[in-house]
Amino acid sequence: MSTLLWIMFPYVCLAVFIGGHVWRYQYDKFGWTTRSSQLYERKLLRIASPLFHFGMLGVFVGHVIGLVIPQSFTDWLGISPAAYHIIAMAGGIPAGVAALIGLALLIYRRRTVGPVFRATTVNDKVMYLMLALVMVLGIWNTIAGGIFEIGGEYNYREGVSPYWRSIFYFQPDVSLIENAPLGFQLHALTAFLLFAMWPFTRLVHVFSAPIGYLTRPYIVYRSRDVRPGAGTGSRAPKRGWEKVQ
Amino acid sequence: MKVMAQMAMVMNLDKCIGCHTCSVTCKQAWTNRSGMEYVWFNNVETRPGLGYPRGYEDQEKWQGGWVRGKDGRLQLRAGGRLKKLLTIFSNPKMPSMQDYYEPWTYDYETLLNAPAQDQVPVAQPYSLISGKKHQITWSANWDDDLGGSQEHAAHDVMLKGLEDKVKLEFEQTFMFYLPRICEHCLNPSCAAACPSGAIYKRSEDGIVLVDQDRCRGWRMCVTGCPYKKVYFNHKTGKAEKCTFCYPRIEVGIPTVCAETCVGRLRYIGLILYDADKVLEAASVANEHDLYDAQREVFLDPHDPQVQREAEAAGIPVDWIEAAQRSPIYTLINKYKVALPLHPEYRTMPMVWYIPPLSPVVDVVAETGADAEDADTLFAAIEKMRIPMEYLANLFTAGDTAPIERVLRTMAAMRSYMRDLNLGNDPQPEIPASVGMTEEEMYAMYRLLALAKYDERYVIPSAHGEEAHALEELATDCPVSGFDEELTRGSGPFGEGSGGYSTVAVENFQMLQNRQTSDQLVGGGSKAGRVNLLNWDGKGMPPGLFPERNGDTAGSGAADGPEQP
Repeated sequence: MSTLLWIMFPYVCLAVFIGGHVWRYQYDKFGWTTRSSQLYERKLLRIASPLFHFGMLGVFVGHVIGLVIPQSFTDWLGISPAAYHIIAMAGGIPAGVAALIGLALLIYRRRTVGPVFRATTVNDKVMYLMLALVMVLGIWNTIAGGIFEIGGEYNYREGVSPYWRSIFYFQPDVSLIENAPLGFQLHALTAFLLFAMWPFTRLVHVFSAPIGYLTRPYIVYRSRDVRPGAGTGSRAPKRGWEKVQ
Repeated sequence: MKVMAQMAMVMNLDKCIGCHTCSVTCKQAWTNRSGMEYVWFNNVETRPGLGYPRGYEDQEKWQGGWVRGKDGRLQLRAGGRLKKLLTIFSNPKMPSMQDYYEPWTYDYETLLNAPAQDQVPVAQPYSLISGKKHQITWSANWDDDLGGSQEHAAHDVMLKGLEDKVKLEFEQTFMFYLPRICEHCLNPSCAAACPSGAIYKRSEDGIVLVDQDRCRGWRMCVTGCPYKKVYFNHKTGKAEKCTFCYPRIEVGIPTVCAETCVGRLRYIGLILYDADKVLEAASVANEHDLYDAQREVFLDPHDPQVQREAEAAGIPVDWIEAAQRSPIYTLINKYKVALPLHPEYRTMPMVWYIPPLSPVVDVVAETGADAEDADTLFAAIEKMRIPMEYLANLFTAGDTAPIERVLRTMAAMRSYMRDLNLGNDPQPEIPASVGMTEEEMYAMYRLLALAKYDERYVIPSAHGEEAHALEELATDCPVSGFDEELTRGSGPFGEGSGGYSTVAVENFQMLQNRQTSDQLVGGGSKAGRVNLLNWDGKGMPPGLFPERNGDTAGSGAADGPEQP
């Protein structure tokens, strides 16, 4: 059972995550978008969307620090576990709460604003449910586990984090996660499931964050046939011969 | 010098009667789809009026276009790159649906299904966005012909500074129509605002397009365009805009809006320009200089030096010849009667306008004076400051001198040609008073008033050796994959997903053949079907009716070979 839950399931989910993105990018560039609903409603979005997205950016950075950087490295830097804990709480809780409030507002908006609700697909609804579940579990672990220490003290950097890294060494250490509190286990499992759903939802827009905009020239010139076979946002003309240079 | 070619348009506002045929045919061709209900790539506005979307010219509010910074460099009015990325989660300056209008339909079913009753049943309007009953309070041309203008027209941004002078009472109102499409600017701020780099300017003909595969729906282009001519498709989540009907242009036929214009007021042609000078011209300090600065970016295609450079830049010879015959170059730089719309946005727009003289003529005629006498008209133009200042706000960033010159030229043409038409002796001093010769005046009259089809539209077709890249000259088997494209519904991730459908189900090459050929061109669309909208009514092209089933017994017409 533990092999299924903590080895097979994560690898399948991550494989679907990667393969799904590659496949969708090949197959469905046209559907690769944020599907913004700002045109329908903008007052609530003006508050909720930045709250959610900037909160999530903070949460993401927190996860990178917590999961990727080994405790031995922060120890070497001279940051004691207690100090690290305070820093993590001070950064993580505001970010998590902001993201959660943002999500709540966004879901409220989606349900109550008629046109936005009409534009919501089943796919969106399932995705929102999973996202909310993962986020609630995550903030529960942080607040209930990290501050009130319900269910005893737990240092995830000695359990969950090495397990996460061990997945990528292809030598998953199941015992590390099996001894983690239930909250962390559920958070991990739901997160894996969300990763598996990711390429098939609107969440793909995360990977088109337009960082290149900061450096590219303002005006883009492109020749008609610069991408043969890809066309200009319309029918892809198939080439009948190779161009003579 | 870096010579580039640009497909451009000029509209002669004197001849626009505001019939909206261009808007309707454009909508039929391009935006009659779900998600684009509120979108008009081409719209016709009554001026003075608010336009579409409401008050789009108020850049204090919408923050479109470029501004010249203190250091003399251009920057996007809505903010630099970093600010754009920081506001990406909720674009603060994007018009909402209500600023365009909420599209609606009618409950026609009631008309058919209502039981017999004393009252005539009414089809109520329903919003296409919310699906609920809808009270119609605005639309794309709500203030058409100054309808409701006593309430709205005073909000026209271009009336700023003229409020105290302008009387909006109907009998005194100066009114004309302004058809608008995408400007296909030389310095497009929509493209500059796009975080994904999906909006590009085609290097062959300067048409500005959105790559639907690269657009990620960040909506910054909607803000960036000061003309508000990039639209957000709320079903696919992608930006769409006027394409200058590039599949038609590529085979040498004019855009749908131009082709169907009953007033024959649109001119399409090529213009050569120096791409190295664009930024400099767009950054001149004084807004009043922008008109002349842009004119100087255009190159004289008759100049041998320009021709050499153009050939070196890879522009085909027949394109250079087309640029020489271009009505655009003639109207902009030879007769100098065409003016850009809102040069102060610094985007270097490429759809220019000949300002209307008719309102002035009408006012003079109402006073009982001779409205086609040159001196009377000149005097009237000088005296009627309000229309002039208003036109200047639209076309020359507020400088009335070019407007006055153009209107005088138009008045001179009217007056000079009247003598010719009435058999009087022509008065050479009239053309001379606006700095033209009699021959030039007549040539201008021919171009503007007679407006022959092949003089209005000088469109070199794209090149055969590039055929594989063209929309309409696909070199693959014409039927391959076509049925699939026609019949496919939405993809697995909602309406926006899946592959894209063709921009044109009908093949424009075929359409052009049919329009220009003396013989019946058989065959319908590539899918073996006939698009009835384009069927010319001649003959019975194969595919008009479904094929008869070969083994149907008793079919009287079954004299063909038996189907196996």
